[in-house]
Amino acid sequence: MSHNGLPSPSAAASAAATADTTSAQAEPVVDAQDVTRHYVLGKDTIVEALRGVSLTVPPGAFVSIVGPSGSGKSTLLNLLGALDRPTSGALRFSGRDVADLSDAELASLRNTDIGFVFQQFHLLGRTPARDNVALPLVYRGESRRERRRRADEALDLVGLAHRRDHRPAELSGGEQQRVAIARALVSQPRLLLADEPTGNLDSQTGSDIMGLLQDLNAQAGVALVVITHDPEVAALAPVELPIRDGVLDQERATAGSLVPPPAVTAPPPPAEPDDSVASQRPPSQAEAAEEPPTR
Amino acid sequence: MRAGESLRVAGGAILANRLRAGLTALGVVIGVMSVVLLISVGTGARAEITEQLEALGSNLVFAVPGGFEGGPTEGGGPTRSPFTAQAIDDLSNDLAGQAEVTGTLSSGEQARGPAGQVGISAFGTTGSYASVTDTDVTRGTFFSDTDSALGRRVAVLGPSAAEELFGQRDPLGQQITVAGVGFEVVGLVEEAGTTFGVDTDLQVLVPLRAAQELFGIQRVDTVLVRAPSPDALPGVVDEVEASLAQTIDEDRFSVLTQDDILGVVGDVLGTLTLVLVAIAGISLLVAGIGVSNIMLVSVSERTREIGLRKALGARTRDITSQFLIEALLLCGLGGLLGLGLGIAFAEAAAATTPLPAEVTWWAIALAFGTSLGVGIVFGVLPARRAGRLDPAVALRHE
Ligand SMILES: Nc1ncnc2c1ncn2[C@@H]1O[C@H](COP(=O)(O)OP(=O)(O)O)[C@@H](O)[C@H]1O
Ligand SMILES: [Mg+2]
Repeated sequence: MSHNGLPSPSAAASAAATADTTSAQAEPVVDAQDVTRHYVLGKDTIVEALRGVSLTVPPGAFVSIVGPSGSGKSTLLNLLGALDRPTSGALRFSGRDVADLSDAELASLRNTDIGFVFQQFHLLGRTPARDNVALPLVYRGESRRERRRRADEALDLVGLAHRRDHRPAELSGGEQQRVAIARALVSQPRLLLADEPTGNLDSQTGSDIMGLLQDLNAQAGVALVVITHDPEVAALAPVELPIRDGVLDQERATAGSLVPPPAVTAPPPPAEPDDSVASQRPPSQAEAAEEPPTR
Repeated sequence: MRAGESLRVAGGAILANRLRAGLTALGVVIGVMSVVLLISVGTGARAEITEQLEALGSNLVFAVPGGFEGGPTEGGGPTRSPFTAQAIDDLSNDLAGQAEVTGTLSSGEQARGPAGQVGISAFGTTGSYASVTDTDVTRGTFFSDTDSALGRRVAVLGPSAAEELFGQRDPLGQQITVAGVGFEVVGLVEEAGTTFGVDTDLQVLVPLRAAQELFGIQRVDTVLVRAPSPDALPGVVDEVEASLAQTIDEDRFSVLTQDDILGVVGDVLGTLTLVLVAIAGISLLVAGIGVSNIMLVSVSERTREIGLRKALGARTRDITSQFLIEALLLCGLGGLLGLGLGIAFAEAAAATTPLPAEVTWWAIALAFGTSLGVGIVFGVLPARRAGRLDPAVALRHE
């Protein structure tokens, strides 16, 4: 349906559905094919946290993965974030198979291509916001000056430039999560992974944060995968994937899965409004205020 | 990750737990301080002994009782000395024209003079003592070999003995008593200083035979011979050995040069210092175990932080080096403080006690190097444990 060179928009579609339409021009940010993850707890106890999951995330996509506690969401996110390796199956980042990458190469991949946003924020307590944001840049040997400059830019992007010298304890929960988002953005990743990003926030702050993430996805073109047990949060994504007992429910994936993802480049050209997506999104105040151009 | 950044992070972590870090580093502080202090005292003692021995005069040959190399065995001890006044006279004749000979015999005695009574070191010797040991007579004369041979009761005083016995009065020509026996003061000798707090200037020199009568013995402790030049030393040693062996069993005495004595004293002091430093080293070992322990606690407390850093792109070696640098910094700071205290105590000891102490660069380098070594050796285990943490598991911690 779209002929602008984008890969198949189907984040949820099975490998069979995507294989023939995938263009070489834009590799999927991450591509999981039939991955499993088993935790060996004892001699006879194996937890099958993931049992054969296939998922393709094209550049700029926004996918939510929703499921109850213990369904394997975090396990999947660890794999998508190159924090962990699958027990079986193929997992590729921009075409590179994790099986071929050393631990140091995975670390470097996380550093340059992936941004994490956690439920517990995970900020360094004694460290001012600006240095928290700059942390990923430390691991690529950037000079202090350059780190500060880019951290300030990222803080500006999340609207917290005026809080850059504050320590986490001096910030509200919502502000802390914004600092964490700035940290995830500072390395200009291709993929933003958020594990229950609103889980520790009240509903109003939560929807502000979701609005911010959506804007970043839409404007900066960074692919966004949000993991949540909250159906309302999940419904914000054009592609909504239920997960249960370590299996993605492809049948019940939302119709939005066949809709093209938002623009891939930043700043994006105004795209045609897509009613099928818009109709599935509950209104968000943050969105209303910001007017992302992709709708 | 840059080294400067690692250092900054390590410093921050230490500052965040000041008390704990301080207590942990205390072991290193004490260990390094002890090493510096003990080596300084050992070095100082050796320097002092060297100086004292050289103050006796140069090119000296000593004949002492017993087998020296094997240490003071059954032949040792002044009362068992094989030397006699006759042996000294014979030796003197044998070496006439080649070298000067004297002998000494000493004992602690009470002396009394016009200004009071004092414990002195009564030193029996011959008239050639002053020239053999290069001692200057400041007033009067040294007694002669004839005085010595005749057993005349004359005395030469060290400066401290003169002051204790006579105060401001002039001692020359005056009488003193040593162990109740009267002596006439005929001369005064120059200052020689102190050795290990013993005032060698608190000395009363009397003719050898008079001293033998006074102490009621027939022996001489030590025979001293002065060679005319360093080149003549080996020849003189041989001559002395041959001459003494004519009347004395060879196993009952040893002939040594100053260098021989310095060597043996150095060996003994070196061994003693080594043993003491090894004990101090054990305290550093214990300190290292403490460092290891506290670093393991720190790794466990900061598991989530490690997981986060790894998620943000830290490699195993970034984390490992960060914790290794933290251990190094902890031990290095402890080491610096220990150095400061060790040097201060060594200086204080040298200034206020008879203990000589000499702080050397190699002692400082050894002590500080060891503290850094402790940091590396005992930091490796916790650092590797931190580096090996699985990021996904570490992030879930707690
Ligand atoms: N490191 C681990 N070791 C053992 N079991 C684990 C580990 N991580 C997750 N699990 C198990 O895997 C299953 C899925 O966990 P998780 O992915 O955290 O679920 P969710 O995030 O959806 O709550 C759970 O049964 C959990 O107990
Ligand atoms: Mg979870």
